[in-house]
Amino acid sequence: MTDALPMRPATRDAAYNFAYLDEATKRALRRTILKAVAIPGHQIPFGAREMPLPYGWGTGGIQVTAAILGPRDVLKVIDQGADDTTNAVSIRRFFNRVAGVATTTDTRAATIIQTRHRIPETPLREGQVLVYQVPMPEPLFRLEPRLAETRRIHALADYGLMQVKLYEDIAAQGEVGSSYNHPVMVGGRYLMSPSPIPGFDNPKMHRMPALQLFGAGREKKIYAVPPWTEVRSLDFEDHPFRPVRAPHACSLCGSTGSYLDEIVTDDRGGRMFVCSDTDYCERRR
Amino acid sequence: MILRAGNLSLAFGAVRALDGVSLDLWPGEVLAVVGESGSGKSTLLRVLAGQMRPDAGRVLYADATGAEREIGALTEAELRRLWRSEWGFVQQNPRDGLRMGVSAGGNVGERLMAAGCRHYGTIREEAAEWMRRVELDPARMDDSPRTFSGGMQQRLQIARTLVTRPRLVFMDEPTGGLDVSVQAKLLDLIRGLVADLGLAVVLVTHDIAAARLLAHRIVVMRHGRVVEQGLTDRVLDDPRHEYTQLLVASVLAA
Amino acid sequence: MYVAVKGGEAAIEAAHAWLAHERRGDPALPELTPEQIAGQLSLAVDRVMSEGSCHDRELAALAIRQARGDLIEAAFLLRAYRNTLPRFLAAEPLDTGAMRIRRRISATYKDLPGGQVLGPTFDYTHRLIDTAPRPAPAPPEREADGAAVPRVSAILAQEGLMAGEAPDPGGPVPDLTREPLPFPAPRALRLQALARGDEGFLLGLGYSTQRGYGNAHPFVGEIRVGDCAVAVTPPELGFEIEIGDVLVTECQMVNQFAGSATTPPQFTRGYGLAMGQAERKAMAMSLVDRALMARDLGEEVTAPAQDQEFVLLHSDNVEATGFVEHLKLPHHVDFQSELEKLRSIRARWEAERAAGDPARREAAE
Repeated sequence: MTDALPMRPATRDAAYNFAYLDEATKRALRRTILKAVAIPGHQIPFGAREMPLPYGWGTGGIQVTAAILGPRDVLKVIDQGADDTTNAVSIRRFFNRVAGVATTTDTRAATIIQTRHRIPETPLREGQVLVYQVPMPEPLFRLEPRLAETRRIHALADYGLMQVKLYEDIAAQGEVGSSYNHPVMVGGRYLMSPSPIPGFDNPKMHRMPALQLFGAGREKKIYAVPPWTEVRSLDFEDHPFRPVRAPHACSLCGSTGSYLDEIVTDDRGGRMFVCSDTDYCERRR
Repeated sequence: MILRAGNLSLAFGAVRALDGVSLDLWPGEVLAVVGESGSGKSTLLRVLAGQMRPDAGRVLYADATGAEREIGALTEAELRRLWRSEWGFVQQNPRDGLRMGVSAGGNVGERLMAAGCRHYGTIREEAAEWMRRVELDPARMDDSPRTFSGGMQQRLQIARTLVTRPRLVFMDEPTGGLDVSVQAKLLDLIRGLVADLGLAVVLVTHDIAAARLLAHRIVVMRHGRVVEQGLTDRVLDDPRHEYTQLLVASVLAA
Repeated sequence: MYVAVKGGEAAIEAAHAWLAHERRGDPALPELTPEQIAGQLSLAVDRVMSEGSCHDRELAALAIRQARGDLIEAAFLLRAYRNTLPRFLAAEPLDTGAMRIRRRISATYKDLPGGQVLGPTFDYTHRLIDTAPRPAPAPPEREADGAAVPRVSAILAQEGLMAGEAPDPGGPVPDLTREPLPFPAPRALRLQALARGDEGFLLGLGYSTQRGYGNAHPFVGEIRVGDCAVAVTPPELGFEIEIGDVLVTECQMVNQFAGSATTPPQFTRGYGLAMGQAERKAMAMSLVDRALMARDLGEEVTAPAQDQEFVLLHSDNVEATGFVEHLKLPHHVDFQSELEKLRSIRARWEAERAAGDPARREAAE
């Protein structure tokens, strides 16, 4: 885990095509991804396939990764910020087996980073691709569950209703209610779900040098934020969006600027806080 | 001229809901469309407001820049923009015009937010100000409209509609579902607001008394046709068409 | 000193080894063979093939064994497998009119050309658990003769009382497994979604239409179970060749339609088709198919079963189980945000209460 050098696994399983999907499917996916990049923040429907991992466990991200992965890529997979959580391990093993690419835990060494619910603390650079796993791509789904209607709302950029929701939160509880998956406006045009990343990570999306791709397998949508694109969290001028983190320092590396997991240490209220980004934390120790 | 309808026709099967209807509306003018249910007056309102397409004829609107727009030729995006900005619609049933799951203040603020206002404090101030103007207690701003009486809901709908100062408001029986005593107060309120803001209004009503109180001009409809139109006092005091005479007489008798 | 949880890799290995052990059961007993499953649990195999969208009895039987009898898990295995297969050709539409009948019943006619054929059915059995040893049953006295029999819908159509199906829009049939589902969805895609939809979900929805949620007055025009030939037309040959038979169940559910200004009052039908013998599935599917026509027929859409987005986006059990079960995955990052948010809101609430003004907060900042 502390090894910063990419690890090359044994040869890939020859029973499957490179990266599991057949070439025609990957081409179709790449066309969808190109369209998504061309219309930042706009959800593009695609014919998602069943993958050997369940829907809701990252099939959208896996399909995007499979479509863009090349033999010389170096892949990093994180879940909740960590490289060694079970689902991250499972997805990394999947690509080990079907693509035989090198994998790494080092954010700086990776060319493709597939993530669930976090953006790494180490700033990404140009040439890297961050692939998000997205459970519900539609930012309006709690206000309007009908896809036919939300499509119309996006087409007309008629987002007053979303702002009303924020207004109601502030009126009722003094602050915006969403702590994660807080909606963003991309390029001043499309309202977008950033996937369930904590609000703490939202500002990292703004003008990120890396390409951000979002895959929702079960909902069959792909969307994208091209490098250097403006990404604004929805807010009010007098109630600006405020990323929140636990007001502590990491117990392991001492960081006061990273997002922290809260660890329950005993049954008497004992708590400690440690970085959710394991690679970042280990590198600082 | 702010709105001009020419030769509108619309049939539902064998029923001619609109049959060659033409009318003009001037800035700041209140036009009442009266008639019994089934006369076509509500259909006319929907066609004028772009919610329904006529089989024939067209509706022209002179927008804030003075440009003449044909309503039937607008894209949905353009029409929605008009809806959010220059136009307003007051429904007979306030539950159709309000978001019942959103607070009173949120209801009034929605049009401000749709128009691009992103300052919470300003939205609150405007909402409070408009609640006062329609004689609602601003202290109830964070309450759900479900806790309001029918008359209060209707006043809230009016505040929500007028907060962005539209130029043209469509009203569909705005006092329809209310008690008589509440109706009178509400009509008075509407008259004051319309005059203050210089709104152009198309008011659809079967209530001759409401038309007399609010309207500068009256259009009388029957079976999808305009049978008589003119200045309010003239039409009501000296009705020429026998149907208008009947309509006016029935009010006097009641 | 706290050490972050590690060893996800080792934990997964150990869990999967345990799973394999549990799946096998008592090693003193012989392992089930796929042939036994395909032969003796044939309705489970049928269901897995339908919901797995893949007609292969042997693979479905293997999947059921691997899934420890969890049929949704087995359908999932089959689906993931079918996506790795190259696609050579699309078959011609099955001619269910030419079906070699094993079972065929109609509730709308006492007798009809081709007759009522009960066939192998649970109907009219007494549901008493049979604890006695089971001697080998005698083979059926007479197999159904296999002659083609006319469809009930055709009988009604002769009188002009059955709504004709909308004309074929032409072009290739859209494929749900390759393209996203658009809304409103054309009937071809609706039927595909229902055919692979969860039997239990469709059963509940179909049932709801009978109980007033959708105003259905259904009659089983016909249920037929039997073998149909599958034909393909390879472009290099240019003519049709039969590549085999499949056992399918078809249900035509007759329903009244009040008529409109342009359409006379007439019967309409809902259609159900499932692989193998799957009457419950085919019947539920046909009820829901009819309910989903509401929009096209100008009927008021009021009930869940009539709502295309509601039905089609929630009927796929592989999608549904994935998303429900994904709640098991760690969510501590989102939950941490939620914790901090709740603490912040709670602190504000406590402060306002202490200040003696619990009701109003102007949220000034």
